[in-house]
Amino acid sequence: MRNVKHVAFILSTAALLAACSTPPAPQKPVEVVEKPAEPVKQADTRAVEPVKAEVDELDIPGGKLANRSVYFDFDSYVVREDGKEVVSNHAAYLGKNQRTILIQGNTDERGGSEYNLALGQKRAEAVRKSMAALGVAEGRMEAVSLGEEKPKAEGHNEEAWSQNRRADIVYKAK
Amino acid sequence: MNKAKLMFVVAGTAFALSAQAQLRVEISGVGSNQIPVAVGPCAGEASAPAQISEIVKADLTRSGMFKIIDASPTTNLMQVEATSYKARGADALVACSVQQLGGGQFEVQYRLMSTVQGNDLSGFRAPMPNQYGRLAAHKIADDVYEKLTGIKGVFSTRIAYVVQQGRQYRLEVADADGENVIPALTSTEPIISPSWSPDGTKVAYVSFEQRKPVVYVQNLVTRQRTVVANEKGNNSAPAWSPDGKRLAVALSKPGNTQIYIVNADGSGIRRLTNGSTIDTEPQFSADGQSIYFTSDRSGGPQIYRMSVNGGEPQRVTFGSSYNISPRISADGKTLAYISRREGGAFQLFVLDLESRQEQRLSDTTSDDSPSFAPNGKYILYATQNGGRRSLAVASTDGRVKQRLSIQAGNIKEPTWGPFMK
Repeated sequence: MRNVKHVAFILSTAALLAACSTPPAPQKPVEVVEKPAEPVKQADTRAVEPVKAEVDELDIPGGKLANRSVYFDFDSYVVREDGKEVVSNHAAYLGKNQRTILIQGNTDERGGSEYNLALGQKRAEAVRKSMAALGVAEGRMEAVSLGEEKPKAEGHNEEAWSQNRRADIVYKAK
Repeated sequence: MNKAKLMFVVAGTAFALSAQAQLRVEISGVGSNQIPVAVGPCAGEASAPAQISEIVKADLTRSGMFKIIDASPTTNLMQVEATSYKARGADALVACSVQQLGGGQFEVQYRLMSTVQGNDLSGFRAPMPNQYGRLAAHKIADDVYEKLTGIKGVFSTRIAYVVQQGRQYRLEVADADGENVIPALTSTEPIISPSWSPDGTKVAYVSFEQRKPVVYVQNLVTRQRTVVANEKGNNSAPAWSPDGKRLAVALSKPGNTQIYIVNADGSGIRRLTNGSTIDTEPQFSADGQSIYFTSDRSGGPQIYRMSVNGGEPQRVTFGSSYNISPRISADGKTLAYISRREGGAFQLFVLDLESRQEQRLSDTTSDDSPSFAPNGKYILYATQNGGRRSLAVASTDGRVKQRLSIQAGNIKEPTWGPFMK
């Protein structure tokens, strides 16, 4: 029992010393504000307020904005008819939503890596210019090229190549 | 002479360093006039850092310019009888010896002798450091090549190229025979367009490690890396000026890709071409006064030449609707490039700039990235076989061909280094 008393004494002394080491804060008078009593609301526990979920049309699977790729012919940076719809869909969306995009140009593996890097840039630029013509502000788009370095399809045939001659519209994080 | 088709594989003398990506070299075709040379084992080479005579034989054979005749081992270099090899058809004899000096040091001595008169045509004595044992042999082969053909040998030069294995990219430096592979840069993002500085101590390249193409210069000796061009957009296609002070690069800063000149430390960047189409792949002419480059200003890509000070570019290629990747030989007379021909084949061509004579050098169909050997006699390029990228070498007369491949992965973007002091 003696031991326990000793420990208690040491602890209380330590606490006292600790308290002394910080100067006491000046006392502030508590302000008393008088508020008028609010009338008690009778809650309507059976009411239902309808809410519409804001689904971003960009995220609808199979929706018209799901296709974000514009395809090109060999050694061409002309946006084809099938790509114009993709461009106009995304231009319309950007008109309604404050988003910024990256346009990544790609090429197939044939030819040199440097010419393909430049060609991919031209493809990205072609999409950027098409979107600018549809009213998308320049500051919300950036055109870059990956050249032949990041093929989506890995094969060495026209089927793979046609998939890789492409500009992708990539939405930047909000 | 092509009917005497030569096909063999120089297997790697695998030591730990090169085990990861040993290059295999296959040779086909021989030169029009092969010089018969007798080569025998060097005295004392069994205990030397490298088997000198085997390396010399492999080098000379690979060049396609020599027919090797096996000679007896040299026992005493000062008492070599060369004339006896005349009867065996040799024009010259290569004899050598390796001597162990104190403290694990070696010295190599070699003689090149005429088998007609028995006199010395050339020879030297040189230290043979352990880590450069093969280099000592390549220097002997260079000397034999030069004395017997009148052209400087390139066996002691090096090459650089990019290996891609899955998501791993490695910029590697190797001896011209594919041995002594050393990774200079490893990355998980693409590396393209390596280019040797004229003194062979630095390599400029394009790395995507910043998630976009940026031009770096890496000092191979000190590891120091300098960002040479990191402007808005793509920064690519570095090419050294002959004095090593400047680089020509391709930047997409204006929206489309255009050619700029920049100091090797990244300062003083200025625009050279001024168009709305693609201008890329600049290359300095040997005298440093002109820039050859690829442009699609006429519709498809073609090779043009313009003054390094600006002015109107002159079109150089006409043979096809798609000509890219100009490289100019050190004497300024020959242009190598990749041309797309009927059937969609991308093939290596050379153009004699004086006679306008064009010649196809490859029979593969997916060639790119040509690069001249510093003596102008060979072109290293990337090609494809069996769905994988590999490297190939063709002599500029089209007679000798080699293929370099690795066990796994793709090997691409090759560039042949300069003569080293």
